[in-house]
Amino acid sequence: MNTPDLISVGYLIAAVLFIFGLKGLGRPRTAPRGNLMGATGMLLAVLVTLLDQAVISYLVIVAALAIGSVIGVLLAVKIKMTSMPELVALFNGFGGGASVLVAIASFIEAIELGRADNQLAIAAAATALIGAITFTGSVIAFFKLQESLKWSGFTGLPLARAFVLLVSLLLAMMVAVQPDTRAWLWALVAAGLILGVISTIAIGGADMPVVIALLNAFSGVAASTTGFVLDNSLLIIAGSLVGASGLILTQIMCSAMNRSIFEVIFADTPSATAGSRDDSDVYGDRVTSTSAEEVAMLLEVADRVVIVPGYGLAVAQAQHAVRDLMTSLESSGKEVVFGIHPVAGRMPGHMNVLLAEAEIGYEHLFDMDQVNPTFAETDVTIVIGANDVVNPAARNDPSSPIAGMPILDVDESGTVVVIKRSLSPGFAGIANPLFAADNALMLFGDGKQAVIDIAAALVSV
Amino acid sequence: MTLLIALTLFVLAVFLGLELITKVPAMLHTPLMSGSNAISGITLIGALVSAGSDHTALTTTLGFLAVTLATINVVGGFLVTNRMLSMFAGRGKRRS
Repeated sequence: MNTPDLISVGYLIAAVLFIFGLKGLGRPRTAPRGNLMGATGMLLAVLVTLLDQAVISYLVIVAALAIGSVIGVLLAVKIKMTSMPELVALFNGFGGGASVLVAIASFIEAIELGRADNQLAIAAAATALIGAITFTGSVIAFFKLQESLKWSGFTGLPLARAFVLLVSLLLAMMVAVQPDTRAWLWALVAAGLILGVISTIAIGGADMPVVIALLNAFSGVAASTTGFVLDNSLLIIAGSLVGASGLILTQIMCSAMNRSIFEVIFADTPSATAGSRDDSDVYGDRVTSTSAEEVAMLLEVADRVVIVPGYGLAVAQAQHAVRDLMTSLESSGKEVVFGIHPVAGRMPGHMNVLLAEAEIGYEHLFDMDQVNPTFAETDVTIVIGANDVVNPAARNDPSSPIAGMPILDVDESGTVVVIKRSLSPGFAGIANPLFAADNALMLFGDGKQAVIDIAAALVSV
Repeated sequence: MTLLIALTLFVLAVFLGLELITKVPAMLHTPLMSGSNAISGITLIGALVSAGSDHTALTTTLGFLAVTLATINVVGGFLVTNRMLSMFAGRGKRRS
């Protein structure tokens, strides 16, 4: 078999491995094997690519592979599970950035060899735009997740976004029409980088799961369009597979928030308009605050306890404390489950990863659909660091900004204990009538400390 | 490869992807995302050709950067997914 055929066969096997890999990642039992198959496919693809006759100098390649591997391993091994959303965002960005660089490099090479036609130019333009948006969008998401970037844009932002998008599309057209002029492509990359920044800078924390999933899809699409530039079938196939899976996750996240992708990306965040409102008509003097001892007494007589974690649990790093509380309650014969909203946290599946790190078995983790019918038989529900996803206004108040969003019906349980620093609103910027409900008790304070205090009080009761 | 064949591959792969990933349980949302993200690092093979073809200093530099970024994406992505999944698996074994 000659070398080009060998490479093609290698790519075909790699594509099949990716397909089985992705399929495997969708089932708990097969997920580790699926990941391994994906990695094997990648290794095979890299090895056969090195046989390519166009590759004549290995020094640069080996250096870059070595540097990238060291950084990749360090990041993957050192990262704390609480920082997983940042890492996923960063990796997305690197993938998108790499696609842009590849597209530019091969486009320039094609120009110099006189092979740059319109078809190649269109593919390069698409990659430059999508990849650049993915790159800066992910980097901004990374800084927002680290909370080191607080700025949330200005009022004219949606207008600026539409303008830069229009400019980008015009530039993309110019690249396609005049493929021999390099400047158009560079300008397009610049516009894409700006677009990535201004599309994500205003996005609030609660929309992050949607954004991360969408950027995931984008990084796949960028790889796929790179395949059109390079005339490489494996890139097209693998990229589209990832694009499609990212799209499905995005869709799941959007329907869990009752928002469309369009609303998340293009609408002003609700918090920009609310927040300064007077919440006294909702809370009045009806908010009852409680103590760890009182909660422990309630738990003492409870048979069934549901714990609802939110982003606050991740911030407080309270997952191990919660596990200890669960173990202690279970040892006295109580049923303890976790009710997890699909968009709790900052990325799809965030709470599951956190609780898994604390070695909480997944027979304890209930999805929204599983846990909602059981709240009526629940004696005590403990909400830790969640707000909008337990706000009954989504169900009762048609004028609420979150009306129609599926929520956890915690208010149906006997007593709801809400552990929270203050009455400050969540991401949606609206008051939560739950806090003023007759069966609700507020335990103000840090999530982790509060849980530790409850567990300690439980022992001494 | 003609444009039409490339487009055919693209469309078929999108449909295949949509079929593969329906009904993923919430616990796998994050591993699926980071695992599939590592697969999107496949752009690495394009980067290898750019970095190794020794065309001009500019394309080699771009290729070098692209290989570095894509390798971080690929190596880090698969490893961290593996780390997460072994967390799930280790826990399952201990309980059974």
